[in-house]
Amino acid sequence: MSRARDRRETAPSSEALLEARDVHVSFTGRTGLLSGISGRAAPVARAVDGVSLAVKQGEIVALAGESGCGKTTLARTIMGLERPTRGDVFYEGRPIRDDLRGYRRRVQMVFQDPTGALNPRQTIYESVAEGLRIHKLPGVEESLVADALTRAGLRPAERFFLLYPHELSGGQRQRAVIAGAMVLNPKVLVADEPVSMLDASVRGEILRLLLQLRDDFGLSLIIVTHDLGLAWTVADRVAVMYLGRIVEEGPAERVLTQPLHPYTRALLDIVPEAGGLERPVLKGEPPDPSNIPPGCRFHPRCPAVAGGTAADAGVESLCRNEDLGLVELRPGHMVACHLALKTHGDAATADAGGSPVPNV
Amino acid sequence: MSLLTVNDLRVEYASSGGWVPAVRGVDLTLDRGQVLGLAGESGCGKSTIAHALLRLLPPETRVRGEVFLNGQDVLQLKPGRLRAVRWAEGAIVFQGAMHALNPVRRIRDQLAEPMILHGQRSDKEAHLRVGELLEQVGLPAKRGADYPHEFSGGQRQRVMIAMALACDPALLIADEPTTALDVMVQAQVLNLLKELQEDLGLAMLFITHDLSVLVEVCDRIAVMYAGRIVEEGPSDRVFGAPAHPYTKALAGAFPTIGDPIFRRAPAGLGGDPPDPQALPTGCPFHPRCPQAFDECPRVDPPLFRAEEGHVAACLLVPDDQPQGVGA
Repeated sequence: MSRARDRRETAPSSEALLEARDVHVSFTGRTGLLSGISGRAAPVARAVDGVSLAVKQGEIVALAGESGCGKTTLARTIMGLERPTRGDVFYEGRPIRDDLRGYRRRVQMVFQDPTGALNPRQTIYESVAEGLRIHKLPGVEESLVADALTRAGLRPAERFFLLYPHELSGGQRQRAVIAGAMVLNPKVLVADEPVSMLDASVRGEILRLLLQLRDDFGLSLIIVTHDLGLAWTVADRVAVMYLGRIVEEGPAERVLTQPLHPYTRALLDIVPEAGGLERPVLKGEPPDPSNIPPGCRFHPRCPAVAGGTAADAGVESLCRNEDLGLVELRPGHMVACHLALKTHGDAATADAGGSPVPNV
Repeated sequence: MSLLTVNDLRVEYASSGGWVPAVRGVDLTLDRGQVLGLAGESGCGKSTIAHALLRLLPPETRVRGEVFLNGQDVLQLKPGRLRAVRWAEGAIVFQGAMHALNPVRRIRDQLAEPMILHGQRSDKEAHLRVGELLEQVGLPAKRGADYPHEFSGGQRQRVMIAMALACDPALLIADEPTTALDVMVQAQVLNLLKELQEDLGLAMLFITHDLSVLVEVCDRIAVMYAGRIVEEGPSDRVFGAPAHPYTKALAGAFPTIGDPIFRRAPAGLGGDPPDPQALPTGCPFHPRCPQAFDECPRVDPPLFRAEEGHVAACLLVPDDQPQGVGA
């Protein structure tokens, strides 16, 4: 596996089409009556806590992590459905709020549950045509709808016009949702767990469709998923989130086969496979974004800290006390881990010619 | 003798359009201490089997065949005897851990209830056992005083497992026990189930759509399609060298990370699982089968022997000795 090939595959064009820059999103929790009276502040959940992510044209980026890591909130923020408390999202270099309406035509979302995403009382034709009517796009509506259904693999399209969602199977419903997105000729599709509610044998077809749309129309995709196997199947780049931050990001081939962050390794270790079960499983529940630990936010669950590897490398106190951002250790492969910096850092400086960011 | 023997189990649900066959002649055997996995897509009948084994199906359901658990036919038992068999001989862990617990009762009372109702233990003994059970599933004994909302999803599933173990059953049926849980918690619960199964020598019927989970946990795997078993064998063989094209497609849906074969090549089947009210003729899988040939729409294949202890219902399986099951 040559690095040159990786780079070519993951860099269809050098310009970022869509970019999140240092995005923060926090939600304020409810204050109880008593704490309200006693003046205690409501807890603030920092769901997304400083994320930068760029997506190029024709690129497929997988956003992976446990539930509660902020991946869905980040996707919704990228869609303009949540307003960042700090930072912003840029499309073709301009903040998306400059022209949110135009932006929403360019960037479409596909949700997890196709049954919930389709109005049960509308025909497939109506559901797909809705976007056209909202955005008042020119053209013959019927042929545009037929075109979108065909692109989404519902052929012959006319057969599906007058059907209702309940008359379709799960896979067909997700195709109808994708058709509803494709009818607007978007540049980017944000898909939140697009196949997790579908039957295993149908998933592959939907993923194949997404790859096809990328190849045919140069579509960019952000796929939010907890499933690293899915990321391996379709993604060019993988960003692993933990507690509101991206902790590792890079080409899928590298992140998924030579992970640098202990959290990524832990996620990979729990992917079931034959003869497994001799695997380390992180203890504890997904962490709480309203109570982010100091230092590296992963340190309370980190096997390298618990197992003494971090202490042996002399970074344990850094892990416990120093927060850190992403550092590019290999070309295009970034990680936020004191231990990885210590063990791979020197090589990286020689390799990439870059230097670690100053806060380490 | 096997702990569980299922012979020609058939289940039909009543619907406005007549009887809908959900399970169409299934045979299973499970020995003590063994783990059998049941895989398949939604609607293939796997959960129906789980419920039929302990007669938990709604009354307007037609169930035929035999289910021998510990030598007695569960389908013929009188209500009193049936109540004794449930929990004490076969217990079930459901998917929806979130909703299976009573929100207004303390965990310890809910855990003690089956033991007291079955007359296995006095109130006092039962409450002592609750502490043991909680520790067995990795929760501190003192959490027994808490209410369900004070537990996370993974912890609630642990409580459900503790409850299933309360009356020392020989058979544990786990119906999608980890599906609604987060990935890391899912791995924790899976490890717990496997540990308990080994420590207590439980027989376990593990039901899920996720073939890759089954490979880790099970000795043998049975794959279902359209209400019937289409392949059965040792788990590493079924997953690693599937004989039925459907199993091949299912196994392909769970890629091996790092394997270039799966990279940018999602495996999947066209079409959808068949409507049980309008099953295709011949092999019910033939409309979706990439390897179908002219015989397939005409012949409904029985299970053929692919290799020792490994059978598959496909005409392409190169054996001429049908196992005499299925059809």
